[in-house]
Amino acid sequence: MSVRVYVPRDAGAVAVGADEVAVALRAAAARRGLAIEIVRTGSRGLYWLEPMVEVATAAGRVAYGPVQADDVEGLLDAGFLDGKAHALHQGIADDIPWLKRQTRLTFARCGIVDPSSLDDYRAHDGLKGLAKAVSIGAEATIEEVVQSGLRGRGGAGFPTGIKWRTVAQTAAAQKYIVCNADEGDSGTFADRMIMEGDPFVLIEGMAIAGIAVGATRGYVYIRSEYPHAIAAMEEAIAVARRGGLLGKAIAGSRFDFDLEVRAGAGAYVCGEETSLLESLEGKRGIVRAKPPLPAHYGLFGQPTVINNVLSLATVPIILQKGAAFYRDFGMGRSRGTMPIQLAGNVKFGGLFETAFGVTLGELVDDIGGGTFTGRPVKAVQVGGPLGAYFPRALFDTPFDYEAFAARDGLIGHGGIVVFDDTVDMAKQARFALEFCAIESCGKCTPCRIGSTRGVEVVDRIVAGEKRTDNLALLEDLCNTMKFGSLCALGGFTPYPVMSALNHFPEDFGGARPRLQAAE
Amino acid sequence: MEARNTWDADQAAAIIATHANREGPALVLLQALQEAFGHVPEAAIRMVAEALNLSRAEVHGVFTFYHDLREKPAGKHVLKLCRAEACQAAGCDELVAHAEGKLGVAMGGTSADGRVTLEPVYCLGLCATAPSAMLDGRVVGRLDAKRLDALVTEAQR
Repeated sequence: MSVRVYVPRDAGAVAVGADEVAVALRAAAARRGLAIEIVRTGSRGLYWLEPMVEVATAAGRVAYGPVQADDVEGLLDAGFLDGKAHALHQGIADDIPWLKRQTRLTFARCGIVDPSSLDDYRAHDGLKGLAKAVSIGAEATIEEVVQSGLRGRGGAGFPTGIKWRTVAQTAAAQKYIVCNADEGDSGTFADRMIMEGDPFVLIEGMAIAGIAVGATRGYVYIRSEYPHAIAAMEEAIAVARRGGLLGKAIAGSRFDFDLEVRAGAGAYVCGEETSLLESLEGKRGIVRAKPPLPAHYGLFGQPTVINNVLSLATVPIILQKGAAFYRDFGMGRSRGTMPIQLAGNVKFGGLFETAFGVTLGELVDDIGGGTFTGRPVKAVQVGGPLGAYFPRALFDTPFDYEAFAARDGLIGHGGIVVFDDTVDMAKQARFALEFCAIESCGKCTPCRIGSTRGVEVVDRIVAGEKRTDNLALLEDLCNTMKFGSLCALGGFTPYPVMSALNHFPEDFGGARPRLQAAE
Repeated sequence: MEARNTWDADQAAAIIATHANREGPALVLLQALQEAFGHVPEAAIRMVAEALNLSRAEVHGVFTFYHDLREKPAGKHVLKLCRAEACQAAGCDELVAHAEGKLGVAMGGTSADGRVTLEPVYCLGLCATAPSAMLDGRVVGRLDAKRLDALVTEAQR
């Protein structure tokens, strides 16, 4: 009987040597005449331990990490195939405290199952949500999603069930389900992880959405920077088709649904839903004015559900366990769990899924362990390039859509980028505007022109040129962008800029002069 | 991996014929042509426009909108360094300067011998193992000067 060894094939693990470990392991086992079966999984999300290799033992899966190819001989000598002690031994994977204290609902299977095996997916509770949706029908399925309180995980936080209901109520010959997998925000990688580690959950979620709203075609728009995720999704879609999960009469029901992957082409703005739809139509990714909403006039002018990867990947467990089960997690109007991503200069970086309500300080200091450079944390940016920079003084903010908004920030897609005290916040503010200028689609003036003018104004402030005037000008410009832009790119770029300025004025050449209240 | 095929109108026509019936095909076609030839020459834009009954301006507009699409072939190898916030927090700016110095080109440029194109990328989703890079589609995390030197040497070979 061969020993089963799990080696992740997640891009984050591959980037630090997982493929080399798998090759070394196979070669060493062959040399020693050991029977092993290597299963390539997704990542558990404990990236400081990647490549994290697990061995199936009678007591459970025993983890070792971070393993490099040249550790393999030593591991085999130490008896790692029996889960024996070694310097890299982390104990039973499920019992690792960082993993154990999480509430994994969306990521329940990620890092555990073989992402190319539909049988493995089924053996780990997969397809139960779809079976439920088929049995209760479209209307009741939408009601479950509404009642669960699930909100758009892409960042906007719009109730997913309401979106679905709007599409369901709009008559059309062809409707679409579009999955927004254009995860361009720095500091976020949850979409990538789930597509690489548990792609069937996304397929199942999209199929449920299709049944609920009466859509028979779906697209997953994945950014080109994610070649591993594209390959994993394409492989899973082919397997799902063969397994009767996609195509005609899916999973033995009376519903048809099929799915296709489309790759992005390096435009950040295509993460904005209307820009993404334009791009899927083969056009320039220019933002559309809303209304009309995509739910009424979406892809090719047809009613379209466009949801983030995590929103769709969370639907199966909501259907499987019921709306109340999911809704019971969380705080306020933020229900359920959020896969939070700890990134940048952080000691224990990775994916931490937990109920809404955990504070920013717990996440950064306690769970993240502070910086890997060992220097003090100066600032964290929450919610991607368009999210605010928070100083330590705001670390009591609970992770919740409304609590972050109340402090002029946003949780966005749940990424937290940690910076130590060497960061220059004026440089970060300038970068936010510069990035906006590069990535602006050009349709609206506040974003197209404002971003470029903003870079110039920040440069003048830092150079000490007419500081009071230029600070007032920057604030005015940010207000124009915030309220006058068509989409979140121009509209939210003021968040990193103004938060950097308000919380770290010393980086902009000294304490901020008090502006006259001129309302 | 960057494609090495030289431009071939017949092959391009075959690629266009394969994808022209898909929904919203223009971008898919340009991507497929770039994958085959490593770039999208003006001649390809004309062919796509004709096949889809679009104006050349429309197809040119799509082509110029997306950072991935190139008018000219890149170097033999493409080394992308992530410059987004998570990698900034982990010190990517120093690595960018280091790579530029070693290759003797600025970001976006190709080394004089045509071997290496150095490009910025804004997030590879490897933010918990930052700083990160990609050499011809192969991802590399926890980049430091030593690992970067090895990558540059590999690309120069």
